[in-house]
This record gives sequence, C-alpha cells and structure tokens, in this order.
Amino acid sequence: MSVDAATVKRIGRLARIRIEEDEVAGYQNELNAILGFVEQLGEVDVEGVEAMTSVTPMTLRRRDDVVTDGNYADKIVSNAPLTEDNFFMVPKVVE
Amino acid sequence: MTDLTKLSLADARKGLKDKSFTALELTDAYIGAIEKANPSLNAYVATTPDQAREMAKASDEKLGKGQGGALEGIPLGIKDLFATKGVHTQAASHILDGFKPEYESTVTANLWRDGAVMLGKLNMDEFAMGSSNETSYYGPVISPFRAEGSNANLVPGGSSGGSAAAVAAWLCAGATATDTGGSIRQPAAFTGTVGIKPTYGRCSRWGTVAFASSLDQAGPIARTVEDAALLMTSMSGFDPKDSTSVDIAVPDFAAAVERGVKGLTIGVPKEYRMDGMPAEIEKLWAEGLEWLKAEGATVKDISLPHTKYALPAYYIVAPAEASSNLARYDGVKYGLRVSGKDITDMYELTRAAGFGREVKRRIMIGTYVLSAGYFDAYYVKAQKVRTLIKKDFEDAFKAGVDAILTPATPSAAFGIGDEALASDPVAMYLNDVFTVTVNMAGLPGIAVPAGKDGQGLPLGLQLIGKPFDEETLFAAARVIEKSAGGDFAPKQWW
Repeated sequence: MSVDAATVKRIGRLARIRIEEDEVAGYQNELNAILGFVEQLGEVDVEGVEAMTSVTPMTLRRRDDVVTDGNYADKIVSNAPLTEDNFFMVPKVVE
Repeated sequence: MTDLTKLSLADARKGLKDKSFTALELTDAYIGAIEKANPSLNAYVATTPDQAREMAKASDEKLGKGQGGALEGIPLGIKDLFATKGVHTQAASHILDGFKPEYESTVTANLWRDGAVMLGKLNMDEFAMGSSNETSYYGPVISPFRAEGSNANLVPGGSSGGSAAAVAAWLCAGATATDTGGSIRQPAAFTGTVGIKPTYGRCSRWGTVAFASSLDQAGPIARTVEDAALLMTSMSGFDPKDSTSVDIAVPDFAAAVERGVKGLTIGVPKEYRMDGMPAEIEKLWAEGLEWLKAEGATVKDISLPHTKYALPAYYIVAPAEASSNLARYDGVKYGLRVSGKDITDMYELTRAAGFGREVKRRIMIGTYVLSAGYFDAYYVKAQKVRTLIKKDFEDAFKAGVDAILTPATPSAAFGIGDEALASDPVAMYLNDVFTVTVNMAGLPGIAVPAGKDGQGLPLGLQLIGKPFDEETLFAAARVIEKSAGGDFAPKQWW
C-alpha cells in the first residue's frame, strides 16, 4: 500500500499537524519508504495467532474507588501557556 | 588527589564510605568536568550545580554519621525524558519549551531515596525517537570517541546518546536512560559503556515521558557491569502508579555480578547472522562465545525464525502508540503554543512548529496505521507478529537456553550528518535490528563492550535473558567484560 498527496494531507489533519504544500512530497516519499519496508509482514502466516495485548502475563490491578489525589489546580495549570483563575485558556470553540 | 571523575561508581562508593573524599568534592569534580566538556560534547541540556551541591552536602552529613543509602553521594546524569521536579524536563523537544514538572518520576525518586546526587538533564533524540541523537531540538551529542587518526565527529548513538556520552566521557558516575527499540543498548555499544534494558515492568514508567508505552522501559548506562547492577537495584521496584509495573521483589543485582556462567546454556540465533555483516562483528561474536565457553558455559545453536519481522512490526506498533501518546501536546496544558485563527488552527500550528521532522513522520505513520480501514491490516497484524516473536524466545528458553548472545549493533558508530542515513529513514532504523526483538518480547537485554573495530571504535555484544532474570545477564556480561579486558575509555580530546 502506498499513500498519495491527498492522503498525506488527510493524515496531517487527523494528526493535527499542519503540513505545508511544499512539505507534502517529502512526507509522501518518507511514508511510502516506511510502508514499503513494513510490507514484508505480508509474508508471515498469522492464521490463528492471537494479537498481543500485554507483553507480560498480567491482569490489570484494581484499586479501591476512592479519591487519593487532587486539590491542586494551581499546580496543574502552572505550566500552561495561558491561564486564568486556574482554568486553561483557549481560543473560542463555540460560536 | 587522583581525578575523582575517573573512578567507577563502585569505587566512588567505597571512597565515600572510607572518607577518602567527600560527596561534595566528588560532585564538584563532575561539575568542573561538565563545564569543561559540555561545549564540545553537548551531552547535557541543563545542569543543576546548586541543587547537586545541596544534595551532596546532605549526603556528606549522612555519610559522616555512618548512614546513607546504597548510592549515597553518587553524582548521576538524568535523561531529559524523566520528570524531575522543578527542573528542565522537555524530552529534548521544542514543544515542551519551559516545562518544569510539579512531580518527580518514580525512577528518579528511587535514586534520590538511595542518596544519589543529580548533576543535570541529559540530551537525547527528541521524544526518544532516533538512533544517533541527531533529532534533539538541542542539537546532536558529539561522541567522546573518534576514529584513530581522525578528527571527524561521530554520533554516540541514540536515543540515550547524552547518557552514553556523559558516562563514557566521565561527566557523571552513571546515568538513567530508556529503551524502546534499542535506545539504551545501541548507544552503550557505540561508547564502550554498559547498558541494560530490564524486563518490561521491572522499572516504573510513571513520570517518564511516554513514547511507545508497551515497549518503553527505563534502565541504567554505566562504565562497568557492576556499576550498572548497582544502579538498576535502586531504579527498579513495584510502583502502584504504573499499571504495568510488576509486583515482584528486586534482587541485589550487584550480588549476581561475579556469579559466573558455569553450567549455563548460551543460545546463538542463526537469524542474527545477517548478510553483509562486517567480519569484525562476526569475529567479536565468535570471541564472546569462546569466552563464555572457557568459563564453563555450553553454547547451543538456536533459531528465532521471526527475527526479521521484528523491525517492520516495531515500525507499526511504536509509531501507533506514539501518535496516541503525543496527542497530549496541543499548546494548551504545557509547553509551546503558536496562536491560530481558531482552536484547530492553534493545534496544527503548535504541533507543526513544536515537533521535529522525525517525530512528525512517526506520528503521521502511527495516525495512518490506526486510521479507519487500515487498523487490522497494519496494527492488528503487527501485534500478531509480535506474539510470534515472543514465542520464538519462549521456545528457546523452554529448550534449555539460559541466555542468548548476539552482536549489539550491525556496525560501530557512524559520522554526524551521515548523508546515506539522513536520506533514507529505513537505513537509520536498521541500527536497531539486533535490539528491537527484545522490546517486542518484553525481555531483558544488556550491551557490554567486547572489542574494537579496525578504527579503534568500541563494539558491543548483547545478551538477552528470560523475563525477570537480569541476574544471569549481569553474570554473563561480567565474564565478557573481564575476558575482553580492553580499555574502552575514549582518548580525551575535548
């Protein structure tokens, strides 16, 4: 499988990365090189093989459903580019 | 007084205990070495001399009273991927500009609990994506090694290139590192240092910037096998904050170092004998087997038939997980923000400006293989292949193999700005061909210096172990270290 220029732009939009017009061809070449490389997996017979979900045999632990952390909104927003009253500030989302 | 920075971590520990020198003297020696070397090597992206001296003074107080932890007063470098409270933590990326976490990663917290001293944060490939340390926003790390008769700059390997270079160039007594596809073992091999990727789940991932969560694992880089074992004992341990952290006791790894290999069976996988493999790598591998045999191990030919599919499967699984993990960098919560006409514009411009080319390329691949219509063909298929890769190893271990010996890398270190590698992403990815299988199977792997190439550059061997049997790896690596007997220190030019 290989990607065309329109697909590169679509992936960029899905990934929320602006791809400028003059970058499309470069990405297209690189992505196709990588997709060409992974194509060899087609040779592997995976009939009846289970997809790996955990590399170590383990069941996810459960914990008591209680509050163990929190009450420091000021710390949570302390690294944000723009805040007000411990809220993250972003451009208007709803018109 | 002898140069304190040249002591092994183990010897520095003894010297501190005997009061031959103080933790402050040791720390000052490293701070001086960093100031002198860093303009040439670019191993540190941030130094914390004041904090280091405060920590060293606290250690001296404890040592004075005959107290102190296992690493009391030992100065370490920390890869920029580990969250360190109030200190530069940017995964060597522009998108995390100015980020100073309000919390401490579990691995570094464990080290400080045991008395270690933080010298600063180490350079790396951006978000740990790279094999040459050239994708860092802070510029490449320059290897302390140069080919004989040459002044050309070489790469230290990656992604933990800052860690490996700093350890080799005596800019810390040991360093933390992380390994997703070879990022501890490949730079260790390139710099004549020892690096171990523990079993998945041995070290907590909490507070370590995530790249590919099912593959990422922290581990140490050090100048000797014993030093690596000492560091790993402190770094490891169960952590309820990481759901994949495994709740088993941490052995005293250093106690296993001199255990020897008598009676062990060492597997030699025929699939690691690649076409076009340099003769010196072939020779090194054969020598390593002879050394282990001479100490009482048995060598057994084995087959790991899915080896060649590990790298292509990795380049689906790792970017897929990365595209998901890196979705959090959106210009809202931390780091860089580039304003746009609306919120989507802001996201797109921030991520375009904040991520480097390699990171963007991997996010794009990951987004593509996870997108509607392609998920089964790529991601599910790769996870099935991963099951087969793991089964190859399980079969070998079931057949009586205790550890597997392979080369660590297909070559010695290459030059900065290598054009053939820069123009072909896949060629750079092939650096990890011997190491990536280990991450795919969640196994422990150690790289240990074993010889030099024709230009005097270090070459490493890799030992792969059973899950949670790092002790056997330390013991076997120590036999190789002793038998190689070489001096793997760089000639100081910086």
